[in-house]
Amino acid sequence: MKVLLMHRDRDFDLPKELPRNTWNRRNEHDFDLPADSPWNSKTLTQDLDLETIWSAMAEQDDFLFEVARKAFLDAFDNDIDTVLYRQQVLKDCLEHRLVVVDLYNVAVEAIVKGRKTSWGLTSHYPSSMLYGATDTLQVFLDILRRLRGIAEQNASAFKSEGFKALFSRLTTELNDGYLASIEDHLAMSKFRQGVLFSAQLGDSNECAKLVLRKSAQGKQRWFERIFGKGPPAYTFHLHERDEAGGRILSNVRDRSISRVAVALTESADHILSFFTMLRAELAFYIGALNLRGRLAAAGGPVCFPVPSRPGSRQLCFHELYDVSLCLRMKSRVVGNTIDATGKNLIVITGANQGGKSTFLRSVGLAQIMMQSGLFVGAEAFEGELSSAMCTHYKREEDATMKSGKFDEELARMSEIADHIVLNTTILFNESFAATNEREGAEIARQIVSALLEKGVRVFYVTHMFEFPRSFFDAKRADATFLRAERLPDGTRTFKLAESEPLETSYGEDLYREIFR
Amino acid sequence: MSFESILFEGPHGPTDASTVEPPPFFQDLNLDQVLTRITKGREEYDLAPFYYSPLRCLATVAYRQEVMHDLENRALMDAINLFSGKMHEMRAAIAQSDQLHYYKFAMERRFLVAAQVYFEAVDGLRQDLHSLGIKSRGLCAFRDYLDEYSSSTAFRDRASQTQGLLSDLSEIRYAVLIKGGAVTVRNYEGEADYSAAVEETFEKFRRDSKNEHWVELPRWDGMNHIEAQIQRGVALLHPDAFRRLEEFYSANRNFLDNTIARFDREAQFYVAYLKFVNKLRAAGLNFCEAQVSATSKNVGGRDCFDVALAAKLLDEQQKVVCNGFCLRDPERILVVSGPNQGGKTTFARMFGQIHYLASLGCLVPGKEVRVFLCDQLYTHFERREQATNLRGKLQDDLLRIHAILEQATSNSILIMNEIFSSTTLKDALYLSKKILQQISDRDLLTVCVTFLDELASLNHKTVSVVSIIDPVNPTVRTYKLQRQPANGLAYALAIAEKYHVTYDSLRERIKS
Repeated sequence: MKVLLMHRDRDFDLPKELPRNTWNRRNEHDFDLPADSPWNSKTLTQDLDLETIWSAMAEQDDFLFEVARKAFLDAFDNDIDTVLYRQQVLKDCLEHRLVVVDLYNVAVEAIVKGRKTSWGLTSHYPSSMLYGATDTLQVFLDILRRLRGIAEQNASAFKSEGFKALFSRLTTELNDGYLASIEDHLAMSKFRQGVLFSAQLGDSNECAKLVLRKSAQGKQRWFERIFGKGPPAYTFHLHERDEAGGRILSNVRDRSISRVAVALTESADHILSFFTMLRAELAFYIGALNLRGRLAAAGGPVCFPVPSRPGSRQLCFHELYDVSLCLRMKSRVVGNTIDATGKNLIVITGANQGGKSTFLRSVGLAQIMMQSGLFVGAEAFEGELSSAMCTHYKREEDATMKSGKFDEELARMSEIADHIVLNTTILFNESFAATNEREGAEIARQIVSALLEKGVRVFYVTHMFEFPRSFFDAKRADATFLRAERLPDGTRTFKLAESEPLETSYGEDLYREIFR
Repeated sequence: MSFESILFEGPHGPTDASTVEPPPFFQDLNLDQVLTRITKGREEYDLAPFYYSPLRCLATVAYRQEVMHDLENRALMDAINLFSGKMHEMRAAIAQSDQLHYYKFAMERRFLVAAQVYFEAVDGLRQDLHSLGIKSRGLCAFRDYLDEYSSSTAFRDRASQTQGLLSDLSEIRYAVLIKGGAVTVRNYEGEADYSAAVEETFEKFRRDSKNEHWVELPRWDGMNHIEAQIQRGVALLHPDAFRRLEEFYSANRNFLDNTIARFDREAQFYVAYLKFVNKLRAAGLNFCEAQVSATSKNVGGRDCFDVALAAKLLDEQQKVVCNGFCLRDPERILVVSGPNQGGKTTFARMFGQIHYLASLGCLVPGKEVRVFLCDQLYTHFERREQATNLRGKLQDDLLRIHAILEQATSNSILIMNEIFSSTTLKDALYLSKKILQQISDRDLLTVCVTFLDELASLNHKTVSVVSIIDPVNPTVRTYKLQRQPANGLAYALAIAEKYHVTYDSLRERIKS
């Protein structure tokens, strides 16, 4: 049985190591990415401040955090169909929050109780395996009944394809007949009447070829046998202090029940993995609900983005803001409204502290959130899906002393070039400024020109003047220039507006303010 | 004369307070990496606080330089190492003894061993300090202290008591008989060596054996109740020795002298540093005793280098490039410019490290090094832009430099590495000139690494230092820096070529 809430046709690709319901993260920048993460996961996480978003989604739950992280980092593998599929499911979740939380809690309960009873699943002794498996299955049986109940009650209220199909599978596959037969087997396999098996003589007359048998219905009392009413029988007793003898008898019994034990153990495993998948796939949506809650409390609006195919160069938004900043500030932050449809190059210039980096992050976050199937932090958003996204931010001095800053920047650019595919989006933040401006501008101009030719969409935040000027003067139709707004009295609004690059960043203001 | 510390002169102990926190510039100068190398394997001594505490007093610097000079004598260094090895052994024995407190006899015996090792350590070092020529005030005072301490009756009595008891205990012979569950302890009565007899008997069959099947059975880990009972049996057979052992334990709990324990720890400051130095010297690098002045700002040196980088390059078996520096009145500010990856930041670190190491009384990397004993060292290096930091980067830079200039005096040293690089050329120039003017006005000794050529000729206090390019192959970095006018060449495109990220290379590389 499949869950299929993340993809129409396949399971969600679970993180390899799933944590329990604890909050063990030592600190925010404690990267321990799974080995199968995309190559630039660490950089993306850092540059877009993704951990802040995941933490809001996690609400102190490591599991929710891991699932959110996985869904974000794999977002660029999703096609439009998957994005819309998830949007539908998420809309159901927003509308039926309590039911979804209930479903999630049922899955968590199953896993927690399953773990508690199933210690025997790792044992090599069939008797303890069997003991663990029957216990676990008994627990699961109750939970499966409740799950079916939830599905039956809500089948008509949910509208998304994902939920409708899941509910229908739950009601048909977990029908009464099936559940009753599980119950029967569980009762049998407790062997209250003892273990009955057939056997043949082995090479040393030992018990061999053991076959477990179901005991006869009519119970024969011992005295009936002794007094000749049944077939003849011989009974011996293990001496209570004969520990060695006790171990041997257990072994024979274990051999006879091993096939049953394995079968039940595998069943319990399978059901557990269903609950695990149910929990993991719901976890993404629970995280989304948490995030929605946090943003609502901070006054940050959200909307479902309208995705279009890669290469359409669609990009148009209304009041797009930096979700991570909003979460950190716990209050509404400045948004921007821009139509960059048809643009391959978006250059952001202007005052320091004018909101350039924040704007860049808001674009990157909206892109990755849209592609993972989430809402975005804006009042309206339409945009193309990217085949990949890379960030190139200025970094601190290299602690390994191997190379200078500029060298390191170019090395990173080279690494990005290795991974570029058509319709990649690249976010540059103050890149190639670690040399003097004339040279930095030349390098940036060369790199950006080549990228544009190769069908890459480029966002570039820079305080440099020469570099944006060269593109501006070329009057390219596919380029747009935004500038951080500054009022005549010097105050900054943190708003961006379309405007030609200017040659100053108002450092004098700051100097006067600080060195009074 | 009285002796208290090998790091500080005088009977009153340290006049300079020891701190536990590293100075704020430690990481910028990569001194944290140096410290890690120096103290590796010596964690038990907790040496970091010594290296965190620069000296403000010339006399103490000289006191340490003398000791360091004495310890350059190989034989003396060996003697100190022998001593600290025994002190370490003694502490380990005491720790084991403390862990054995459930097993009285075992505990007392470990303690006796600890005492014996200690007496050997003290006596050995005393003799060595006499036979090896020492000149420093610190070590001479310590030698006198040791003489006085080890000739005291208390010390002599205790040492001979320990010796006697150890030899008595080692002469005891006893026998154990295990039969079924029964174990008997009794006196040894001269029975012959049966295993030797067996070996002898089977000798001819074993001639070609390489003992392949022989695996020594390890002793049961730690003490246990069976052995404890056997010991009890032995104790009953030899009540006198065990009573003396018991008495020794209770009477000598504090045999360790505080001054000697302190010397043991503090000497490691020199030992650890010299070990680090000698490793670099073995690769042909120079270290020397710095000429330290508290008044003259005429600083300089030849064949200097960044010790953190040098240690790392040596690990990777790469060549270390040395550089010199020099400032003569009225010069105060070294403005370092030139191509990227040309060793500018390394030069700045080198300058800071040399001044800091000299202020610890340590040898410095280079030849004929003259330094100024500053009251405080400040660094301003680039920090990574953080999303948590809601103030802009430029404001952060300005606030930091402002805070530094608020505190700095004319006796401070400042090292600035590429400040204002996140703003426009025009702003960066404006701000840098303003800041450098303030620095000039205060007469601060400064290293300023920058891309702005204009700063190199700002006024009579600035000196231009440029990283040199190999004219034949401009992409090969020489890591050499020289005093010469700034030339504005940064060879950025050469590096872009190296990484294949020029326009032409990128067009070829990216598949469309």
